Amino acid sequence: MDPVETDNRAAVVEIEEVLAPGHTYRSVSDRVSDMVLTWPVGYRWAAGLALALGLLFTLHIALAWVFTIGVGVWGINIPVGWGFAITNFVWWIGIGHAGTLISAFLLLMRQKWRTSINRFAEAMTIFAVACAGLFPLAHMGRPWVFWWILPYPDTMGLWPQFRSPLVWDVFAVSTYLTVSLLFWYVGLLPDLGTLRDRAKKRITKIIYGIVSLGWRGSAEHWSRYEMCSLLLAGLATPLVVSVHTVVSFDFTIALIPGWHSTIFPPYFVAGAIYSGFAMVLTLAIPLRKYYHLEDFVTMKHLDFMAKLMLATGLVVTYSYLMETFMAFYSGNPFDRYMMLNRMTGPYAKVFWTLIFCNLVGPQVLWLSKIRRSPWALFAVSLVVQTGMWLERFVIIITGLHRDFLPSSWGMFYPTRWDYMTFLGTLGLFFTLFYLFIRFLPMIAIHELRDLVHKTNEESAAVAH
Amino acid sequence: MAEFETPEEILHAAERARAEGYRRMDGYSPFPVEGLAEAVGFGKTKLSWIVICGGLTGACGGFFLQWWPNVIGYPLNIGGKPYNSWPSFIPITFELTILFSALSAVFGMIALNGLPQPYHPVFNAPNFDLASRDRFFLCIEARDPKFNLQATKDFLASLEPVDVTEVDN
Repeated sequence: MDPVETDNRAAVVEIEEVLAPGHTYRSVSDRVSDMVLTWPVGYRWAAGLALALGLLFTLHIALAWVFTIGVGVWGINIPVGWGFAITNFVWWIGIGHAGTLISAFLLLMRQKWRTSINRFAEAMTIFAVACAGLFPLAHMGRPWVFWWILPYPDTMGLWPQFRSPLVWDVFAVSTYLTVSLLFWYVGLLPDLGTLRDRAKKRITKIIYGIVSLGWRGSAEHWSRYEMCSLLLAGLATPLVVSVHTVVSFDFTIALIPGWHSTIFPPYFVAGAIYSGFAMVLTLAIPLRKYYHLEDFVTMKHLDFMAKLMLATGLVVTYSYLMETFMAFYSGNPFDRYMMLNRMTGPYAKVFWTLIFCNLVGPQVLWLSKIRRSPWALFAVSLVVQTGMWLERFVIIITGLHRDFLPSSWGMFYPTRWDYMTFLGTLGLFFTLFYLFIRFLPMIAIHELRDLVHKTNEESAAVAH
Repeated sequence: MAEFETPEEILHAAERARAEGYRRMDGYSPFPVEGLAEAVGFGKTKLSWIVICGGLTGACGGFFLQWWPNVIGYPLNIGGKPYNSWPSFIPITFELTILFSALSAVFGMIALNGLPQPYHPVFNAPNFDLASRDRFFLCIEARDPKFNLQATKDFLASLEPVDVTEVDN
């Protein structure tokens, strides 16, 4: 065969790798556990953590102010009773969904490329859900009676309104946080055993020993472990779909145009996966660069994630088009006005930025040159995340500020406390994430070993 | 305790040991080796049954949690709508099913595995810390009826491991 064809073939084969060749069980184990046990802390990590802690402190101040004075410190009013708080809540929960998708759904689909990214993606989910959970608490008018939303027998025989999506949300998000945490911890168990065995200092050994529950890698244990992982994956996949569906029901249950729409559940789930993969890319690309993980998080991973982002972006585009079409086709003057108001009203600039970020921007991902360039992907991922935040903002604010009766119309202007609370949750997220990459293995070591094993088997099979 | 370098070796060794008549043994590996659990004599796990029971508890519990207050405890007549509005009870029922299934899967797995068990005699074996790194260990327990210290040691040596060692309790 001619040389050009061979070169192309070699290039294709190279991009097919999800793990750089030449790794052994020991090399992958040591490489990842060294990052926790032996590598020095580094000024970049410390600087990043310091910045994150600064933003976390901002969050403390912002939340303390809201709890002391009341939600009036935010820009909300009548008619716009929900502002940044719910925008941020939906944004954060949406981001979490990609982590579960990678861990659970790709496990069920037996996709090898999930191995290098699922640990930190699942960590991202947990931290995102933790950030999201702050907002329903903070946005209450009377946060001191927050427990009234939980079902407990009380002296007046009262119960929460089980028919309300707001209560469904409580169950859905709590379940999601718990299941994600469990899935993550189960995945960590064998790796905590590895860290315990390789730790040099006694105190480190003891701590990892306790949290690893004495894992010793027994074949019997592995058998149950694999069954547990498979079951959790099977449970988590429908959970992901149901949680964001329930979140979308918070809006669909209302009557106002732009909210009361059956398109919301699939639209929100697709949007969640879209922004979630964007966040995974935002995290994976710097991690890959600064921790030299190119062997594990290869171009193939970035390529796949970019393609998934493009695919979900197209679903979101389709949803916007359908929403617009149905609004006009329905002949309903209120739905039509809602759409026109988004495009030409006071928040039009926000709307068109949103359209650019979510629909136009990611179209560059059709080009493989862009998909193969980590920094281009990083830029696109930030654009997508901004777009998805703006989408929730547009849905909530434009839906509320002008609905049926013109005399009720109003405007929403965010205050500094709105911004501080949002940036503060970014601080919480990154603080948790920085701590995670310092103290826990950011790639699933035992799964990497399994990948080495399978890769060896495959090349042995090919050689014969 | 015999130490091996590849999963194929330990699987082969475990099968040979089983053929030889040893029953009380276990394999230790840094990642799950397909077929090893069966070779050392472990059957199917009961975990799936535990999870199904957990899930059913969640489903029934979740539905009952909503049904009782709305039908018996404090029914609210809202425009004559049915008290047992079961379609609106589905989301919470579904979430609690998943929650209870997941909790029973994880705690079931941990409990069935006998964890937490910070100490186990095999940790005393030399080099056992490699079991969580890149080596595979086959351990034949002294409780096995066929166990005879020298004969078992010789048998294990015949499987060509990297090392054969004794483990104290």
